[in-house]
Parts: sequence; structure tokens; C-alpha cells
Amino acid sequence: MDQFIQQFLTGLSIGSILLLVAIGLSIIYGAMGIINLAHGEFVMLGAYTAWFLQVQFGMGLLTSLVPIFLLVAAFGWLIERFVLSFLNNRPLDTILATWGVGIMLQQAVRLTAGGELRYVKMPEILSNSTDILGVQISLYRIFLLAASLVLFAATWLLMNRTTVGMKLRAIIQDRSVAASFGVNARRIYGLTFAYGAGLAGLAGALVSPLKSVSPEMGTGYVIDAFMVVVLGGVQSLVGTVASAFVLGELSGVIAFLQNDTVAKAIVLLAIVVLIRFRPQGMFATRVRA
Amino acid sequence: MKLTRRQLLRNTAVFGAFASTGFPHIWIKNADLASAAAGEIKVGVLFSLTGTTAIIEESLNKATLLAIEEINATGGIKGMKIVPVVEDPASDPATFADKARKLVVGDKCVSVFGSYTSASRKAVLPVFERQHNLYWYPTLYEGRECSKNVIYTGAVPNQQQDEFIPWLINKFGKKFYLIGSNYIYPKEENNYCKKLLQKHGGEVVAEEYVPLGHSEFSSVINKFKSTQPNVIFSTVVGDSVVALHRQYHAAGLDPEKMPMASLTTSENEVAAMGGEAAAGHFTSAPYFMVYKSPENEKFVAAYKKRWGADKVTHFVSEACYFQVHLFKQAVEKLAVSDITPPNIRDAVKGQETLAPQGKVRIEPENLHTWLWPKIAQAQSDGQFKILVQAKDWLKPLPYAAYPGQVCSEKGLVVQN
Repeated sequence: MDQFIQQFLTGLSIGSILLLVAIGLSIIYGAMGIINLAHGEFVMLGAYTAWFLQVQFGMGLLTSLVPIFLLVAAFGWLIERFVLSFLNNRPLDTILATWGVGIMLQQAVRLTAGGELRYVKMPEILSNSTDILGVQISLYRIFLLAASLVLFAATWLLMNRTTVGMKLRAIIQDRSVAASFGVNARRIYGLTFAYGAGLAGLAGALVSPLKSVSPEMGTGYVIDAFMVVVLGGVQSLVGTVASAFVLGELSGVIAFLQNDTVAKAIVLLAIVVLIRFRPQGMFATRVRA
Repeated sequence: MKLTRRQLLRNTAVFGAFASTGFPHIWIKNADLASAAAGEIKVGVLFSLTGTTAIIEESLNKATLLAIEEINATGGIKGMKIVPVVEDPASDPATFADKARKLVVGDKCVSVFGSYTSASRKAVLPVFERQHNLYWYPTLYEGRECSKNVIYTGAVPNQQQDEFIPWLINKFGKKFYLIGSNYIYPKEENNYCKKLLQKHGGEVVAEEYVPLGHSEFSSVINKFKSTQPNVIFSTVVGDSVVALHRQYHAAGLDPEKMPMASLTTSENEVAAMGGEAAAGHFTSAPYFMVYKSPENEKFVAAYKKRWGADKVTHFVSEACYFQVHLFKQAVEKLAVSDITPPNIRDAVKGQETLAPQGKVRIEPENLHTWLWPKIAQAQSDGQFKILVQAKDWLKPLPYAAYPGQVCSEKGLVVQN
């Protein structure tokens, strides 16, 4: 029984990290239809910003979360404004452009911050572990789970309960009609992309105390994030959450019974099979076209 | 333009005449064999400066360049300067092979210092064997290789494990959990580890491999908890080492009861994971930054002065450093006209130098290096504390896990 609970909590924790990384992508890919291959690099930028604030200004991880979100979001806004907004309705070019941006970011970080692995300190109060239902689990992992749920809730509210969210949903349905009602599509797109980038930055900062910080760290995350979003169903925030936790539990259990190599392969295979029979993902939002 | 038969014949004749005189090495075998010329000795430096393994290879590049600069500052070799040709193979084995060919055939380097991963060494091997050139490989590796065109200055399994495994059994117990990254190096090391465990009465509770670059170890840690090994024997490499240690620490496991014993965790990885996650775990290697010797103090000071005070030296960068000095000693023995890769190889056999770790020597039989095994425990300040030092240097046995196979001067000998 202990082992079952232990494994269930582990799956939740893996899922929460997937959700953290995927939620920004879900917004950008789902809402704007932009396949953002630089997403992993935004994650990496967040982690490096955390490292930079810690080394230069001695800021702890928790206090630097807000500045990290704002900085990476501002950077995302610049990318949207000066690169992607010129490539409207040209999905293939967008893929290439974001890929190029990603490569440039990686090398820019390597040149300025150096190629070695960087160290981000875990907040002191969260660095221990605690007992839940008789099993030991790291406090920081519980904190990550809470953070991912809070960010999801904030995003959901933003999309469904604010004017900006409503305008965005209007643009998704029909850009020209929305524009004729006075919605400034360019501005909304810029803000949405910035928000998605900011979330990615937060994800990078939040996972950095458990994992390693290097210029290439984004590559692994972007693949996971795409898997989550595609499995959950593009344009569905709830789908993203569900698929993150399904994937987390699944890979956690298989890794426990077999090993991580097998887990990766089986999870990928399961996604391919599911997409073959249900291309729209687990949750599809029905939109009148 | 239309090409007539007459013109074609004439052009072919002209080109043929030019080719037979203009490119003598088509006719004269080995005329382009690399050698020293015009008062300088060209060597290749082949470490990735971009891509995944750049994290560690950057420091190898730096240690190599430092040694070359030091030699040049004290007059070079017989008045000739060593000229490093630096190439970036971008962490990709195929690019390693391309750049190696460029360094050997194009630049005519007399030796190339390079590689961190076994995959990249295997990729460049055919180039050096075909071109009769010489590759200097600084990394600890899995052994089981016997090339006449590679000088191996890192440790092989017997030099890291012979002392380490019995010591661990003695101190913590006989139940071992073997965890490694999923490629050839961890598998061969574990292969040898299992032999030693059998010999010394240890047992393996689990053997597991995670994908390269893996960073989610929570299921692995659950398995640690459920199998309760006495020692976790880790050959996980790269950024995965950092993730494994940090998650082990966050999960509240205790290194006093269940320490990780690693062959791959160096000062470099410890700096990235933070002292609190590293403290209490063990590493076996021939060199640690804290090792006290006049040579090491000089090396550490010079490295920090050249590349920055926050930089660390580790057991691969140390080998990078001393192998350039061995190269110098070998070349010094040769007449200027004789400086070719095969002659350098023959001259380096049996050469000794005072390296930061102690006196090392190239074994003439297998071109591997006699080294000084050490066991150390990581401390919370990010440095190691050396607990055991070998009383004598240890002979390299690249085929230690394969009884009946010996790497000799004639090549691999299989006895039945």
C-alpha cells in the first residue's frame, strides 16, 4: 500500500512538472496556432534568469519568480513583435523562424553565461522532505505540484473570465470578424505570446533546483511539452492538465516496474497509437467554423 | 562552348601532365605524412565547444591550451612553437570524424588531443588508423580497446574499481544497486563491477540504465527505497548526475546509510549540483582538485589565473594537461626531421612525467597510463576529501574484465 501511494505521488509530481512546461506551449500552440520550437529555450532562459538573479543580486528563487516571469515575457513579446508578427498565416516559416530563434538563444547564453552547468539553490524552507500518508516526499515536489495548479487556474481564468481572454477567443474563431468589431489582433497576439513565454520562463526557474541548468536543457522539455499538448488536444487547457497527469503517472509506473528507457519508449508508442485513432487528442474543443 | 574531340584530348593530356608532377603524393606513398615544418609543430585540439557535451569538453579544451601555452612560454620544443589548431566538433560523432580528417589530412597535425565520450573516440579511430596519425584521449573510459594510434591517459575500469569496490563492501555492506546511463561505458564498468562483487562476496540487487540526458529520477529513487541497497554504484553521466543527486537529496535519503559511489562525479558536476546535494557521496578517480602536491598547486593556480578564479579542475582536465607534457617529452627525444606520428608514438612508450596526481607513465605494451587511484568523499563546500590513496601506481589493464585477452605491443592477443 505504501508503495502504491508512493508511486501515485511520484506520478503526480512528474505530471506537475510536465504541466508546468506544457501550459505555456498550450497557450501559444493551442490558441495562436504557432508551433513554437523556441519554447524549450524560453524554459532555459527562465532557469538562467533565476541563476543570474541569484548570483548577481543574491535573490532567492521564490522572490525572483515575479521578475523572471516579467523578463521572459518581455523577451517573448519582442520575439512576437519583431519576428513572428511578420509571418502570419505562414506556419512553415514560423516553425523555421522559432527554431532559428531557439538556436540563437542557446548559443547566446553559451557565449555570455558560459557552457558549464549552473547551480540554482533550492529555497531553504522547501529543501527537506515530509511524511504524507506514511510515505516520504520532498517538500519541493509538493510545492511544484501546487505551483502548477495555481498557474493553470490563473491561465484558465485569464482565458475565460477576462476581456483579453474573450478577445483572444474571438480572434481564434475568426480573425477578420473580430477585427471588424474593433479587436486589435496584433496587440492581443503579442500579449498572448508574451504570457506563454513568461509561463515557460517560470517553469524553467521552478524546475531548476531539481534538475540541471545548461544551455541545451530546453531541448528535452520542448519534446515533452509537445507530447502533452498533442495528447491532451490542441486548444484545450483542461486536456493539457489531464494529459500531463496521465503521462506522469504512466511513465512513473512503467519506470518503476521496468526502467526509464522502456518507459520513454512505451509512452511515446502509446501517444502515437492514440493519435492514430483520435487525431484531435483526448479532449477536443468544438469550435464552429 | 562545344568541346571537340581534339580539345578534349589536349586538355586531358595537359591535366594529366600537371597531375603527375603537381601532386607527387599520388605516386610517392606517405609523402604527405604529417611532420614538423618551418619551426612549428602543429597539433589538433578536438573538443566540443557547442552541443550537449560542451559542458565538460570546454574545460578539456582549456586545460589543453593552458599546457600548450606553458610549453611555448618556456621556449617550446627545441625552439619550435607548438601551434594548436582548434576545431569544434559540436558534440556529434560524425562531425568528430570530419574534423579529425581535416586536422590530419588538411592541416597535417602530428597529433590530435581530443574527445570526451567513447562514441566520439570510436568515430575518429578509423581516421587515425588509416592515416597513421596519433590521437591523445584524456578521459577515463570502459577499456576493451587496443589501438596503436591512440594514447590513453585516463583511467580504465581496474584503475578505478579494484580498490574502490572492496572498500565499499567493507565499509557499507554487500548489497549494490547499479545505475548508469544507457550506453557502452556504464555497461562495461558494471560488467567489471559485477566480477569484483562476485570475487569479494557482494551482490547486485538491481542493475538499471536511464536514457542519456535523463533528468527525472523519482521512480528510480522509489526503487532505492524499496530495495534498500547498501551502496548505489553510479555511472550516470553529464547533467543526469546533477539531477540524480539533487532529487536524492530532496527525497530525504541519507548518504550515511545508502551512499552513492560514482566513477563519474567530479568537481565539475559537484559545482553544478551544489555542495549540500553532493556531500557524503563517494568518487573513485586518480585526481582530485584538493590533492596536495607541488605540481597540482601549480596546475590549479595556473588554470585559475588563465581561465577565471571560479573555475575548477577535475580528473579529466588533469589528464588533458599532463598528456600535452608527455607529448613534449616524446617529441624532444626525436630529431626534427623525424617528428612524425609513428615516431612520436614509439618515443612516448615508457615516458614518465610528474603530473598533478603523481608520477605517471605510459605503458609500452598497451599505450595506456599508470595512474594513482584515490577514493574521496564530496564535502558540502563543493570540494572532495581524499580518504584513501593508493600506495603504489596501478598498471592499466584495458581487458581486465575479459580473462584470456591482453593488449600487447603487437595488438590484441587472445589466449585460449
